[in-house]
Amino acid sequence: MDALIQNTYPVKAADYTSAGRASADIKRRLKQLGVSGDVLRRVAVASYEVELNLVIHSEGGELELAVFPDRVQLVSSDVGPGIPDLSLAMKEGWSTANDEARSLGFGAGMGLPNMKRNADDFAIESEVGKGTVITMGFRLA
Amino acid sequence: MTIQDMVDILKARVLLGEDKLDTPVYTACCSDLMSDVLAFVDEKTVLITGLSNPHVVRTSEMLDLKCLVFARGKVPGPDILESAAEQGLVVISTKATAFTACGLLYEAGLRGVPVPMEWNTEDA
Repeated sequence: MDALIQNTYPVKAADYTSAGRASADIKRRLKQLGVSGDVLRRVAVASYEVELNLVIHSEGGELELAVFPDRVQLVSSDVGPGIPDLSLAMKEGWSTANDEARSLGFGAGMGLPNMKRNADDFAIESEVGKGTVITMGFRLA
Repeated sequence: MTIQDMVDILKARVLLGEDKLDTPVYTACCSDLMSDVLAFVDEKTVLITGLSNPHVVRTSEMLDLKCLVFARGKVPGPDILESAAEQGLVVISTKATAFTACGLLYEAGLRGVPVPMEWNTEDA
């Protein structure tokens, strides 16, 4: 099925000032397409969380948005460092965020569990030294 | 209550959204941890915070919050207010601490965003 919208947003590591711009644009585009309410909010929150994770934890990566008639797909992929223990990373309250991220109000260890909660489908693959890919799907009613 | 009632109760200054003060509010949350706000808030509510960086506004945008209350007299910088204005947020600032602001609003009938109060068995 062809995507109605497909867009890739590069996300720089440690760029705290720009963090959230991709998600704001994603939210705007979905709104223009007529996506609203609960789905829009869930995509926005998950997108912002994953974008922040790229900024806080990765060595750089990208966020890809694809909108199909029946679903929205977000794929985050980075170039490293990879997550050594995925089950620990998925645990609420577990965080390896630095002081800078914490001073901005993040790093509470809620990011990954919150993405999983908001997405209808959530998959994470990670390899130390290679990187992490997170794929999230959201059904459009 | 309305946002105007909150302004009166908190003796707050209105920084943005003078035209939306008649918006009704039913719940509020208070946090400096945007991670928690993103994880627990799932309704168009009010955020009381002591944090004044661009991510407070970004978080509000993702969650479609109605009103931001900056505690302890904080006034965010012009860049932050500009992006809040773009999303049509009401922004007010009160001299009260976050604790006192919450207490005054609770006393006047405003309640917290509903979150589960019971422990899960797996938390034990």
